[in-house]
Amino acid sequence: MKYVYLDYAATTPMDPEVIKEIENHYRETYGNASSFHTMGQKAAQILENSRETVASFINAKTDEIFFMSSGTESDNLAIKGVAFKSKERGNHIITSAIEHHAVQHTCQYLEKQGFKVSYLPVDEYGLIDLKELEETITNKTILISIMFANNEIGTIEPIKEIGEIAKKHDVIFHTDAVQTLGKVPIDVEEMNIDLLSASAHKLYGPKGVGLLYIRGHGVRKGWGKYIEPLLHGGGHERGLRSSTENVPGIAGFAKAVELCKRNMKEESEKLTKFRDKIIKEITENIEDVYLNGHYTKRLPNNVNLGFRYIEGESIILSLDVEGIATSTGSACSSKSLEPSHVLLAIGQKPEDAHGSLRITMGRYTTEADIDYFLEKLPPIIEKLRKMSPLKKGKKYMFDPTYETDQHH
Amino acid sequence: MYSEKVMDHFRNPRNMGEMKDADAVGEVGNPVCGDLMYIYIKIKDDRIDDISFQTFGCGAAIATSSMITELAKGKTIDEAMKITRDDIAGSLDGLPPIKMHCSNLASDGLRKAIENYRAKQKKE
Ligand SMILES: Cc1ncc(COP(=O)(O)O)c(C=O)c1O
Ligand code: FES
Repeated sequence: MKYVYLDYAATTPMDPEVIKEIENHYRETYGNASSFHTMGQKAAQILENSRETVASFINAKTDEIFFMSSGTESDNLAIKGVAFKSKERGNHIITSAIEHHAVQHTCQYLEKQGFKVSYLPVDEYGLIDLKELEETITNKTILISIMFANNEIGTIEPIKEIGEIAKKHDVIFHTDAVQTLGKVPIDVEEMNIDLLSASAHKLYGPKGVGLLYIRGHGVRKGWGKYIEPLLHGGGHERGLRSSTENVPGIAGFAKAVELCKRNMKEESEKLTKFRDKIIKEITENIEDVYLNGHYTKRLPNNVNLGFRYIEGESIILSLDVEGIATSTGSACSSKSLEPSHVLLAIGQKPEDAHGSLRITMGRYTTEADIDYFLEKLPPIIEKLRKMSPLKKGKKYMFDPTYETDQHH
Repeated sequence: MYSEKVMDHFRNPRNMGEMKDADAVGEVGNPVCGDLMYIYIKIKDDRIDDISFQTFGCGAAIATSSMITELAKGKTIDEAMKITRDDIAGSLDGLPPIKMHCSNLASDGLRKAIENYRAKQKKE
């Protein structure tokens, strides 16, 4: 049966060149990068080359790239690391209402530890308000953590402007770029980013490998050292992340970045075309459907549509039966019943927030895949709507103005 | 994630659709997940002569509504009142733990329909 994978935001398949690179290193560069002998030094060299490849992709210096075990670890180190190291300076953190759980739950944890966190609301497109951001900064604010692009609705935040505000007020600026790296150009200098998180498995690299860009490798004028390690041990990654380095995985990450460097422009054009085709076809041909997120300030590979009167899980299940992999919000929320915090934050009613479908495309997506999806979706929506008691103009049980048994 | 049986009922739901001339309707919802279910029944000689459903909800909610229509059809209303969520989940070869509440919705929906029917009988 035809299998169409449209869930690249959850994770991507590895590029065959990355697999080859990793396999070679598992075979040939098995040394511990801390070892003195030739095999160890060979591993250390690969590690440094990888750092350089990744650094140049975001206009960072080589010694500002720190490899981690995931995007989640990178977010955790950025936020907790700054909070724990700089609590004498201040206890206030600003983030947004639509962050990935790796950021949001970390901030909630810090609240329990006595930190104050402001969760900036977003508008109907998922964009934060820069004026509100600036007004929220106090003399106790140490960190702003706002994601580069949202994983559910694909909205791209005004990163450069946030960076300027952070710089003006001497606050550290962290951005979760897990969904962004490899899709949109990133320049940490031009955008005044101090900390940036990324994860290899979202850009055709291996799972379980991430990075944190740390401006000034953790030293800042007027602050001194501003980041505290979470893992203590052998002092790897300049003491900020002890653990024997995953050299093959890191080399795979670097290879993945190299391939993105080469293909990003072309790929992004292709995906934008597919994205806009899906949005146009579906909104023109299916009733009571709307786009979540922004039309243009949007990741090239992300489509998120809301279908009224039906529920998201039943849509993805029906698509899966047809061999099409999609998701509702984020991959994690398939384990929870609550509507997505991102969709609620952009102002949706809970029953609509349950009816969303996320389609995310990537390197191996073809026009034929898109056409297959566009052919299979409308009858599914029609069937599920026939099954649903919700209808246009009919009051819903959880509507405050609803009266029970009104239809008898 | 779901058993073959669940998927079968999800793909080919039995007794699906609104029943215009139903004797009673049971309407239930779960405010947490936002799901909503209508169970329509027609009663003859104290037996469930016909039954159908409409559901706004997850795959498990759709499959359990379909299953309860099969379990209840032909039963006396007293028997039908005794159908539990475990009966429904069991007939579907089990549900993931997080989805057990979806089968609650189905058994509650049927009970509500029967209660509404009985209340109506008393009035008449
Ligand atoms: C925006 C965002 N941040 C963080 C993560 C976590 O990354 P990882 O899966 O590498 O832990 C993800 C994806 O899972 C993500 O989409
Ligand atoms: S998740 Fe609520 S009925 Fe299934």
